[in-house]
Amino acid sequence: MATEQDKILEEVTKGEYKYGFYTDIEMDMLPKGLSEEVIKEISKRKGEPEFMLEFRLEAYRNWLKMETPDWAHLNIPEIDFQDIIYYAAPKSKPKLDSMDDVDPELKATFDKLGIPLEEQKQLAGVAVDAVMDSVSVKTTFRETLAEKGIIFCSISDAIKEYPDLVKKHLGSVVPPNDNYFAALNSAVFSDGSFVYIPKGVRSPVELSTYFRINAMNTGQFERTLIVAEDDSYVSYLEGCTAPQRDENQLHAAIVEIVAMERAEVKYSTVQNWYPGDKNGKGGIYNFVTKRGLCKGDYSKISWTQVETGSAITWKYPSCVLMGDHSSGEFYSVALTNNHQQADTGTKMIHLGKNTKSLVVSKGISAGKSQNSYRGLVKVSKRAENARNFSQCDSLLMGDKCGAHTFPYLEINNNSAKVEHEATTSKIGEDQIFYCNQRGIDTESAVGLIVNGYVKEVINQLPMEFAVEAQKLLEISLEGSVG
Amino acid sequence: MLSIKNLHAKIDDKEILRGIDLKVKPGEVHAIMGPNGSGKSTLASVLAGNEMFEVSEGEVQFNGKDILEMAPEDRAREGLFLSFQYPVEIPGVSMVNFLRTSINELRKYREEKPLSASEFLKLMREKKNLVEIDSDLTNRSVNEGFSGGEKKKNEIFQMAMLEPKLSILDETDSGLDIDALRVVANGVNKLKRPDNATVLITHYQRLLEYIVPDYVHVLYHGRIVKTGGKELAHELEANGYDWIKKEFGDK
Repeated sequence: MATEQDKILEEVTKGEYKYGFYTDIEMDMLPKGLSEEVIKEISKRKGEPEFMLEFRLEAYRNWLKMETPDWAHLNIPEIDFQDIIYYAAPKSKPKLDSMDDVDPELKATFDKLGIPLEEQKQLAGVAVDAVMDSVSVKTTFRETLAEKGIIFCSISDAIKEYPDLVKKHLGSVVPPNDNYFAALNSAVFSDGSFVYIPKGVRSPVELSTYFRINAMNTGQFERTLIVAEDDSYVSYLEGCTAPQRDENQLHAAIVEIVAMERAEVKYSTVQNWYPGDKNGKGGIYNFVTKRGLCKGDYSKISWTQVETGSAITWKYPSCVLMGDHSSGEFYSVALTNNHQQADTGTKMIHLGKNTKSLVVSKGISAGKSQNSYRGLVKVSKRAENARNFSQCDSLLMGDKCGAHTFPYLEINNNSAKVEHEATTSKIGEDQIFYCNQRGIDTESAVGLIVNGYVKEVINQLPMEFAVEAQKLLEISLEGSVG
Repeated sequence: MLSIKNLHAKIDDKEILRGIDLKVKPGEVHAIMGPNGSGKSTLASVLAGNEMFEVSEGEVQFNGKDILEMAPEDRAREGLFLSFQYPVEIPGVSMVNFLRTSINELRKYREEKPLSASEFLKLMREKKNLVEIDSDLTNRSVNEGFSGGEKKKNEIFQMAMLEPKLSILDETDSGLDIDALRVVANGVNKLKRPDNATVLITHYQRLLEYIVPDYVHVLYHGRIVKTGGKELAHELEANGYDWIKKEFGDK
């Protein structure tokens, strides 16, 4: 019986990664290694103002004094930071004014990924910023958004065109010395997206960034900054893929969100970096710091993530609830298969009065993977009437994987109400047989059961993303029923 | 429609079915009775294709096809339906989504177009009335938080939706109160047609007061030891299974 289960499990989990292709494109690269010279060179090539270089160098000096964090339930092989290329940009014309300027190879790459760069072909209501390796390739809909005063561009452009805004907010939520990987990112980040929503404006379209690692031996260090002024609203989507390679590649990103009074920001991620092969060879090391600051009263930040890729995921999208009556949400599906490891969760820091937070985490472990939820709920002394509800569910497929839950509570105010619920379940052979008996084959049955399990989270995603996420979960589990 | 010849099946090297012979024709209702552990539920599971059991000998033809070689989902698509003794819960999967997937899989197999959402909902309303199931049940996740009676009613509702050629009801009456039993029995009777057939597996005669079988078979030690009309069920009810055990126990 157990062997039968294992057999089915193996079949459904051995699906192949379908974004593993590589684009042959001429690259402008710096040599491997990291030093103050390399950082100066990055800053120079990007034509940055002086304050950025200072920001980077300070971060670098901090990073040198820091150590790799080892508290996560992860087995992280030692990373040789001198063996990584910190700057790789597709060699093309310096400024892309229209689609004709985009390298056809590059355009083909994004077409293959289903990310249309041409605005007329754009799915209604989504503006896209595409980042390949270190450089933002093309941002669509820039003009339409500009009419409403919304700024949506690459962070490199923002640094040059809106230095005051960037200077004010960059590093205000995730300081350059926040943690090891944040410091590294702050020193070497290459590109990313910048979003600014002015007072009282609701973004009429979903904003979306698509990240692609292409070049070999490079690290990707992108940086996203979203600023939502009073009474504004934006929904932001992020997707990512990488080629299939035998060696591991490092991805260390930072996302910062600032929400002012009554502003609302929804941030959705579908993370599908290359997870490595069935034997655990290759794959992306994904060390990401994502944090939102609910700065104004009644502001709201909501994180939704569907994590299916990466060999190692280390990621805790968090909310700092500073404004009174502000609220934070975290909805997560983390799926690990084969030899993947994920240690992910959230931090909800209650500082203001009457602040609320909600955590819904769904872990799915298959193959020989390890999947951990790690979450902190902190209520400060002055945070009267803080409310938190956390629900952490784990679904196991097979008997060689692991699911772990590490909840941390720090409550310093007696008026706080904090609830935590956790469940662990297994996809049963009997559930699959029940579906089979109704004419549903095993693979579809697993898809049905898993999608039922994650429904609460998927429902938070914008429609098109939700459909994609469901398909992705099914593909990621192909070959793995139990 | 169904023809079982000398069927042997085992689990973990323990032989449970030891040579079953049975023929079911369209329009017929068969009851299979027998004491606990005689192999009744095993027979149902083996016919549905549960891989926990290993078929060691014999053959089973359904609609002229050898179904022992078929995957469970293909047997279902051929029109074989099992009403489970213990229907499982599938949290988060709505009954609507589950049944629509199921129906469209069956239709695909028959090379028919999938039902549209509105056609499906219309069919569901019709069948809900037919089997007197509460509206509320179909709005919930598959069997999640259902009472024992609700689960069984839900099996009959699915049977009504899928319109199988052969329905095997595995102890559908066990644990039901009299009202639920009546709903289940009414459903089965209403769904009966000249071109479909039903096999009722039951320990008690009670269900047979509501559904009148054409044949009653007594299963004991993995074999059908006695076959008769509905009066055989009464006899069993009156005398229990002891005389069967006495008569056939040594073999």
